[in-house]
Amino acid sequence: MKNNNIENIISLSNDLRWQIGDEFHDNLAEGIYADAAEIVKGSVHKINTKHNLRFDAKIDRIVTSKMWGFPIMFFILAVVLWLTIIGANYPSAMLASFLLDTVHPFLKGLAASVGFPWWLDGFLIDGIYLAVAWVVAVMLPPMAIFFPLFTLLEDFGYLPRVAFNLDYLFKISGAHGKQALTMSMGFGCNAAGVVATRIIDSPRERLIAIITNNFSLCNGRWPTQILIATIFIGAVVPSAFSGIASLGAVIGIAVLGMGFMFLTSWALSKTVLKGEVSTFNLELPPYRPPRFWKTIYTSLIDRTLIVLWRAVVFAAPAGAIIWLISNIHVGNTSIAALTIDFFNPFGFLLGLNGVILLAYVVAIPANEIVIPTILMLTVLFTGVSGGSGAGVMFELDSVSATGDILRAGGWTLLTAVNLMLFSLLHNPCSTTIYTIYKETKSLKWTVVASILPVIMGFVVTFLVAQVWRLFSA
Amino acid sequence: MEIKPKSACETCPQFNADGLKKLGVNTTNFDFVVALAGNPNTGKSTVFNALTGLRQHTGNWPGKTVTRAEGGFEYNSQKFKLVDLPGTYSLLSTSEDEEVARNFILFGRPSVTVIVADASRLERNLNLVLQILEITDYAVLCLNLMDEAKRNNIEIDTRTLARDLGIPVVPTSARFNEGIPDLISAISELANGNIQCKPHRIKNIPKNIESAVEKLSKEIKNEYPDIPNSRWIAFRLLEGDSHIIDLLRKGEFV
Repeated sequence: MKNNNIENIISLSNDLRWQIGDEFHDNLAEGIYADAAEIVKGSVHKINTKHNLRFDAKIDRIVTSKMWGFPIMFFILAVVLWLTIIGANYPSAMLASFLLDTVHPFLKGLAASVGFPWWLDGFLIDGIYLAVAWVVAVMLPPMAIFFPLFTLLEDFGYLPRVAFNLDYLFKISGAHGKQALTMSMGFGCNAAGVVATRIIDSPRERLIAIITNNFSLCNGRWPTQILIATIFIGAVVPSAFSGIASLGAVIGIAVLGMGFMFLTSWALSKTVLKGEVSTFNLELPPYRPPRFWKTIYTSLIDRTLIVLWRAVVFAAPAGAIIWLISNIHVGNTSIAALTIDFFNPFGFLLGLNGVILLAYVVAIPANEIVIPTILMLTVLFTGVSGGSGAGVMFELDSVSATGDILRAGGWTLLTAVNLMLFSLLHNPCSTTIYTIYKETKSLKWTVVASILPVIMGFVVTFLVAQVWRLFSA
Repeated sequence: MEIKPKSACETCPQFNADGLKKLGVNTTNFDFVVALAGNPNTGKSTVFNALTGLRQHTGNWPGKTVTRAEGGFEYNSQKFKLVDLPGTYSLLSTSEDEEVARNFILFGRPSVTVIVADASRLERNLNLVLQILEITDYAVLCLNLMDEAKRNNIEIDTRTLARDLGIPVVPTSARFNEGIPDLISAISELANGNIQCKPHRIKNIPKNIESAVEKLSKEIKNEYPDIPNSRWIAFRLLEGDSHIIDLLRKGEFV
């Protein structure tokens, strides 16, 4: 009975649709706009609005111009990174000396006075505490500078202009222009970038955006890039230029990542994800002066501390695992040493080493702990003095001390360059992988998104290593 | 003991700091559901944060909110659940990111829909406002970014606007927490039925369409007497929206 009535309504609507003709949609839309115009006429009064509009348009004409758009983009990126690199040095050193030189001996003393057995003391203080302390000392200062700066830019309204500038490149790559926005989000966190791809309607273009988001260096990888560039790239030029050189290297890697993003998008859209590029409207929002202190506060609380907390949560068990694999022996050798030996030949082919590869296995949960893990394993494996026992991190008070350790571990400029490349090109962290699965609901695409960057990383580092050795030999 | 007569201010709910409690994500046992809708980049998430005390990430670009965020606040011991919807320019299109907003306003049946509009771009924002007013009788216009409108030398006569739209209009600058108390009391008054809206209906459409809509919406009302948005369903049926036809067949509107 009820169903009949509904069918009647539907068939009535079908009849009426024929009667009113096919301009219904346009008529309705026009009607709404006409109503809106009438209402606005009655209640909105503009007093000489020209001045302000011209100001916004003036900025836009410069920052989105063909000539200045890209230079300004790179300049802003450079300034942000410069402030991060320079500004983070001092607080990092202070934190390190406090957490490692003061608190660590104090805890050791405390443990000794309470009478901890050696394994418990080692596991808790040398394993877990040191890993956490390292992550805090190395990551907190750069993040506390980078995130607020990035958020200020975001609140000011610069991101849509970046999207506008990059639209053309995405279009020729067969991808959606809004991918520029998800890419920018990825510079903060890839998992967030993957979620943000929901703004892209077409499933094809959305998949491209998801798979290639990993090429945006995330906050877990910025510190790695910055640290390695400072130690190795900065050291090969006269000290007056070392800041500029390391900055250039980091920007180079970030830009290279964008290059890989375009290349992969293009390759995908020409092969497995063929299709037309869809058009879209992007509203350039007005420039809004950010609420400076509020932005600083919320980005510190919401982004920096949350990311730091995540790093700590992952670093603690990683520290424990490193301590364990260094102290559990099979025969006369520790598990860590066995694994590193196993990885070493392959590592050599890639211009890396077994320590780095093992670190990347341990660091699958979070990119943040790659450097601490590498350092701990390098100390353990090369027997550099500084620590007191297997799996114990040394007391590290400066960037140059880190460099000494790594060089003692057999690192060269090639190792550094390839580590930076591999940090850009490897599997997403487990959070991102899980997010990709949740967003795509497809095991196949999750696997593709996880494996593809690792393969590219292997290929690129392998080629770089071969060419490098060819020329340096 | 002498009892002092209370001043008008003291009896006003806005005066009492106790009147408002930000509940964060705690949204159990709520009395009312409030939806936050509006064009992209009008500050919905900022309004949401101001009301709930949460810190949903905000940013100056359209499309920042992609998922439905929920939070709550308590006002005069009534609990309100607030749903922050992704921004949308229109309810007429069929794009996927706008679907969340469209479906929630249509089928979530919020007690109150707060439409957040950019005061400095009101005309463009009204497109969505007028569409939402076809759907619900319980709406309040939050005229946000008043600070920006002022900077652009735009003056808005909110009383005339409220009269023309037939709903309460509250000017706010959510970034500076200005106007939020008024918004809260407007929401509460609407939810409790102390204010009756007489929402504006789209007028400037050709006669033949108007009569078709009338005819169809009458039939729909016969079938579902309680439905507040028969005109909107008529619009969608005339458009041939297969999604709506499906839902009608399934009886989702009852």
